[in-house]
Amino acid sequence: MPDRYVLAVDQGTTSTRSLVFDRGGRMVAVRQREHRQHFPRPGWVEHDPMEIWANTRWTADQVLADVGAAGGVVALGIANQRETTVVWDRATGRPVLRALVWQDTRTAELVSELCARPDAGLVPERSGMAIAGYFSGPRLRWILEHVPRARERAERGELLFGTMETWLIWNLTGGPEGGRHVTDVTNASRTLLMDVRSCRWDPDLLAFFGIPAAMLPEIRPSVGMLGTATALAQPLPITGALGDQQAALFGQACFAPGEAKCTYGTGSFLLQNTGTELVRTRSGSISTVAYQLAGEPVRYALEGSVAVAGALVQWLRDGLGLIGTAPEVETLARTVADNGGCYVVPAFSGLLAPHWRGEARGLVAGLTSYVTKGHLARAVLEATGWQTRDVVRAMAADSGLSLPALRVDGGMTTNNLLMQFIADALDTPVVRPMVGETVSLGAAYAAGLAVGVWSDVEALRRNWHRAAQWTPSPETTRALTAEYPRWERAVQLSIAWGAP
Amino acid sequence: MPGTVQSVERAAAILHVVAGTRGALGVTDIAEAVGLAKTTTHGLLRTLLHVGFVEQDRETGRYTVGPGLRRLGSPLDVNEVRSRASNWADALAARSGHTVRLATLAGEEEVVVVHHVFRPDDSAQELEVGVALPARTTGLGKVLLAHSPEPRAARNAPDGRATELAEVRARGWAAERGEHEPGRGCIAAPVRGPGGPVVAALGVSGPVTSLFDGRGAPRGLLLGMVTDAAAAVSRELGYGGA
Ligand SMILES: Nc1ncnc2c1ncn2[C@@H]1O[C@H](COP(=O)(O)OP(=O)(O)OP(=O)(O)O)[C@@H](O)[C@H]1O
Ligand SMILES: [Mg+2]
Repeated sequence: MPDRYVLAVDQGTTSTRSLVFDRGGRMVAVRQREHRQHFPRPGWVEHDPMEIWANTRWTADQVLADVGAAGGVVALGIANQRETTVVWDRATGRPVLRALVWQDTRTAELVSELCARPDAGLVPERSGMAIAGYFSGPRLRWILEHVPRARERAERGELLFGTMETWLIWNLTGGPEGGRHVTDVTNASRTLLMDVRSCRWDPDLLAFFGIPAAMLPEIRPSVGMLGTATALAQPLPITGALGDQQAALFGQACFAPGEAKCTYGTGSFLLQNTGTELVRTRSGSISTVAYQLAGEPVRYALEGSVAVAGALVQWLRDGLGLIGTAPEVETLARTVADNGGCYVVPAFSGLLAPHWRGEARGLVAGLTSYVTKGHLARAVLEATGWQTRDVVRAMAADSGLSLPALRVDGGMTTNNLLMQFIADALDTPVVRPMVGETVSLGAAYAAGLAVGVWSDVEALRRNWHRAAQWTPSPETTRALTAEYPRWERAVQLSIAWGAP
Repeated sequence: MPGTVQSVERAAAILHVVAGTRGALGVTDIAEAVGLAKTTTHGLLRTLLHVGFVEQDRETGRYTVGPGLRRLGSPLDVNEVRSRASNWADALAARSGHTVRLATLAGEEEVVVVHHVFRPDDSAQELEVGVALPARTTGLGKVLLAHSPEPRAARNAPDGRATELAEVRARGWAAERGEHEPGRGCIAAPVRGPGGPVVAALGVSGPVTSLFDGRGAPRGLLLGMVTDAAAAVSRELGYGGA
């Protein structure tokens, strides 16, 4: 009998990937395509939804062809960049404007207005999250305010709203010809429009943000039938969808309360499973939906979101031209023994967890004529390590649990210098699993569970194997603990710098 | 000029034009600039694309200087190689059940491990990235020596080693059966960069008895897994115009 394969689409901030996995959770094929980043004004970040849809279709059809007759692909799972917002015309399938990306800060003013309203307390109370420009609700509101006739058209049901998975599923299942307009519960939980307990659109939240219910997709479990992808070379049931960070949690087999992972891509995101319990946070982490299997209660997680991790390395490459490719940052950093007193706070669009200061702006601190590009490269990598320490500390305070080991994944985990720094900065072993593409793996797991490729989450847990481990060295750990207050000072400076 | 190869001259002319222009150029522009027919120019460009000397924009179809030319003469960054190899090295370890290592040559006598994936049995293992191994007695080293243009001394060694390296070159993989550490072995294959030079060796290692059968041949599907993974990493690095 041929092996049963599962196709996963990882629609990320910088690229779209399609991967095929076998029952052992091993990658069989992969195709990837980058899409353009549009920066029409400072603080604005946009993607072309049509380009992303074309890349999704191309990469998926390519891997299906790569696998060919070797095995039967039986299901499709989707993971996506979260909070990125698309509004399109139901009849034509054309977006009314480009997608507003999660890094986009144009809603800052709108958000402070909303925060100042006397009834603003409703939002954290119902949605579980504080009002912030990071989430999709304010972006949707912005679009309705700025696109001519958008609100009346939305009220008449002519315009549809979706995060990326919704946009892709609608197109995959037929687009204007009967496409399914659905979202998964993890993505819906990032809009500020959903009641985080009942997992339904909340009429009071919709009223607060002024969003017509007619444009919203139906909220579905992350694991279960979502529609049939008839637009692909081989029609496949779409049976899994998750936000990329939740997908990574799933792909890392963090199914028990207390289990956690940190993904290092464009940003870095620490998520810890809290089971069926929604934890009220006080220390700067947020409570979010982790996943839901059809017919089962929702599982929650604590999250420490860091907006800029790998993106800082990209800035070193594209903004400064100091390196030719992202991995070369390690070569450059290894030309020196330490950071030379230099710290980089990458608050490009404010700081997310644990500070939540949208006004903060980036800075390079500690410059002397001694500092070289090697030191700068080190400071760039260390910024990701220090930020991990910030969110780990906040999460430990919120959950009361300490991490026995940090499970990591994402593109930056091939950087040994960085991984060792994180182990030392946290005084915790850092462990990478055999599949670095855990976002895709999580989407494949979700889809495969729904169609019986895997019997249950325990079967998935058995697929997890350690591929690498970085162990903290006591001496370095002591030195970094002594150094940490300097980093904290730099963070405070970046917040003060951005203050109006 | 006697003895010049016309297509090489034409390719060089095209590269001068492409490298000498700031933006991207279409086939028609290039053909006009070098004074050749469009079809001839197109054929030459396809070959230059294949070896990575030019790059083509997916949307506009226009050409710019490719990564192979920009990097000409400078070795591929090892951290870049690790990053590109990672997915396939993981899949090889998961599928074979063995330790996977990727190495590059450091001088004529040693290789350095640039990437290491643990044996997938969750036992305690130490990361070996940065560790130096002897080139002559390891599978990874043999692959690299066999394809290295420099260490002729090693290839011309008087003992059977020269023959072994010639064999490694011809068949496309190397075996290590206890020469470095008693009872330990390795099956390794070359990883190629843009244009074809071997830039690294990828191999699985473990007990000799689990890698090779009684007659010393690689067991079951192991060899194919290693050479497939090495080919996939080569593609990832831009070998074959990918
Ligand atoms: N070896 C490396 N060292 C440091 N940073 C790296 C390295 N390799 C990749 N990166 C960074 O990691 C990021 C790419 O990682 P990954 O592919 O996981 O992200 P991504 O999935 O594209 O992110 P997203 O899902 O947000 O689009 C880039 O920002 C890049 O700068
Ligand atoms: Mg990603």
